[in-house]
Amino acid sequence: MSSITPQEIKQEFLKSKMGIAGITILAILISISIIAIIAIPVETFQEWNNPGNWISNPKVAIPIWVNIFLTEKIPEHKILENPNIEKITNAGIELTSHQFGFNFNYDDFPNDFIYEFSSEYSGSPLLEMSVIRPDGIKLDLLTTSLPHSSEKTTHSERIFSTDHTIKKNLSLQSENFEFIFERLSTEDIVFSKIQTNEPLKGNYVFLVNMYGVDSENQIYESKLIVGGKAFGIMGTDELRRDLAIGLLWGTPLALFIGLVVSISSVIAGLLYGVYAGYKGKKTDEAMMRFNDVIYALPALPFLIILSVTISNSIFVMVGFLMIFGWVGIAKVSRSMSLQIKTRGYVDAANMMGQKDSKIILKHIVPQLLPYAFASIAISVPAAITTEAGLSFLGLGDPTFPTWGQILHDANTFGAAARGMWWWIMPPGVMIAITGLAFVFIGNALDAIVNPKLKR
Amino acid sequence: MVTMFGVLMITLLITIVLVGSNMDTILKQGIVFQVRSEITENPAIAESFSSVEEFEGFIQTQIDQRIQILGLDEPWHSPQRIGVTMYKILLLDFGHATFLTSDEGSSDVKDILFEKLPRTVLLFTSATIIISIIGIFLGAFSSSKVGSGIDRITSSFAIISSSFPVWWIGMLMIFLFAFTWQIFPARATPDIPSSDPGYIGSLLYHMALPLITIVMIGFGSWAYLVRNFMVGIMQEDFIMAKKTIGIKQKRIIYTHALKNAAPPIVTILALSLSGSLGGAIITEAVFDWPGMGRLYFEAITVMDLPVIIGATYLLTVFFLVSIFIADLLYGYFDPRVRTGT
Repeated sequence: MSSITPQEIKQEFLKSKMGIAGITILAILISISIIAIIAIPVETFQEWNNPGNWISNPKVAIPIWVNIFLTEKIPEHKILENPNIEKITNAGIELTSHQFGFNFNYDDFPNDFIYEFSSEYSGSPLLEMSVIRPDGIKLDLLTTSLPHSSEKTTHSERIFSTDHTIKKNLSLQSENFEFIFERLSTEDIVFSKIQTNEPLKGNYVFLVNMYGVDSENQIYESKLIVGGKAFGIMGTDELRRDLAIGLLWGTPLALFIGLVVSISSVIAGLLYGVYAGYKGKKTDEAMMRFNDVIYALPALPFLIILSVTISNSIFVMVGFLMIFGWVGIAKVSRSMSLQIKTRGYVDAANMMGQKDSKIILKHIVPQLLPYAFASIAISVPAAITTEAGLSFLGLGDPTFPTWGQILHDANTFGAAARGMWWWIMPPGVMIAITGLAFVFIGNALDAIVNPKLKR
Repeated sequence: MVTMFGVLMITLLITIVLVGSNMDTILKQGIVFQVRSEITENPAIAESFSSVEEFEGFIQTQIDQRIQILGLDEPWHSPQRIGVTMYKILLLDFGHATFLTSDEGSSDVKDILFEKLPRTVLLFTSATIIISIIGIFLGAFSSSKVGSGIDRITSSFAIISSSFPVWWIGMLMIFLFAFTWQIFPARATPDIPSSDPGYIGSLLYHMALPLITIVMIGFGSWAYLVRNFMVGIMQEDFIMAKKTIGIKQKRIIYTHALKNAAPPIVTILALSLSGSLGGAIITEAVFDWPGMGRLYFEAITVMDLPVIIGATYLLTVFFLVSIFIADLLYGYFDPRVRTGT
């Protein structure tokens, strides 16, 4: 315990495969955190619970990479934002045409399609929407006039594929198809083969034309969303949130919680225990009784009551976790300091009239540092899983998308029953990997500090 | 013993302090509601007043009277009221639950608690016993072959499994074995009434998935702990002496060494039994197991304060009792600590 120098620890540590593995995982996690903080603006994750922010994403979409392993490709979610724009003037009539071309190469129909736009106009322009299919058939979807206005106005609208007029228009063109339309939804018709109701692959072009008399009429923020069943690298959840963002942001949060809780509780426990052990007698007795009391408190019920009654802010929660974290370390460091106290140099320092605080900090604490580092690493996973557990019960901080929070949502929306593995697996795996990194590091350090276990 | 009683009291005190003010408002609202509903049920009272002010005044005095009778006119933090509450709780009189009821429909907190407690004890005690048996034998076995394949597998399994949260594995198990392959039920609450003769069978069937999950996550770290104790003991002189005499390795491990590793093992067993009760809250919420943990969680979500206080009390008592038993057992197995006390 006493004879190990930092250099030796470093050497021993670099020899242990486990320690290297732990450090590597930790480095990866830290770089993920840095990427998350740099690449994803803070505003995005603060909008985590704002459904309006996620409206253009699909509901419960599977991750895109799943398609690699499937023979029947699942339609990917497409958000087309840059149409080809044409402007034609003919006999006093202005035509603004937006064309969205895309390749549809999947074995299932899309979920829906939504056309989203804002336009600036005067008068009462006509909006016409149609689609040119790979087989050359042009289907008219919608013809509608925008609300009349004698002055210049802006108008924003979303046209959904579930629109009644689109359905009616399609049924007027049913002679193109050889099957019955009844009860089929719009996208199942538009993207269907002619002979049978199966998806037709190829290039589709959606045309949006606006006819008006005013030459300054224009459409901007024009966006076509072809609702797929696959989205992003991590898919989306019931509330259309991109899980990749939640998972990425969970990393720095988990590291923050784990490290702050473990470091501060180890330091607190170490100083408390060393002081009690060094002082001895009545002080020791009283301090250890107090320690026993905290030790005997049931932690989880108390954490739950505290988070419900006081606050569930993530920073306050870190404090609560610390209350229960320092106890065990205080006990061990007390007994260690009892041993160190009897050594000659401590006595010598005492006789020389050094202050207690100086003896403790200069002569006793440094001896315990290797042990302290090991316990910091070992207590990180507990802090992370406890916080995740509280979040899982719905008691976490709702403003931060932690991994526990994502799992809580998954549980409330019945992800297990609906087979949505991409909502359940990744957050848990991330918790486990983070825990594992610290357990590896901790065990490697522990083996160096307690050589008896090595063999 | 004194410390334990002190801890119990402090736990109760903290709980009451934390939930006290909420409890007061809820109780007072309850009284107001009670008075108003009594009056609406009895139109004759309302007719006997000539003006609205007089009537409202009557209601107010009624409410005030009742608040005074129940002693609610003093703030909840007055020493007298805290004393009374704690005294009542000590006598296991937790009052009536505000929202939750037991399966039989009783709203007495004591009934609710004692209905749920056996189920939690059943699940977690059997899990802990299975875990410890597997753990002790696996640990002893791998300590006899330090550095072998089995030893490595056990150690790495212990490390890996300890960093997975049990409840997440629970979600996965439900996903796999209840929905993908429909072997076990997803909800652990038996769907037939407890009077049915097949109830116990159904309970056990519903218990299988949570039990398997808890055991799966738990036994690795047990085996690892036992292994580490045993490795330490196997280096002791008396084992060396036995080896030189020529006693078989197996015999040494399973009788002499294991006996010497018993004190810490028994202590950990007692502690993990009670520790599992605390962890039950999340696990039972995942599996929907109708025990104390789920009750606690439900009580928290609807803020049913008498139930929260009662359950916290019971959990603490269990925890303390098991610490106490652990201490006693340690003294019994390890005579060295039996001095003085």
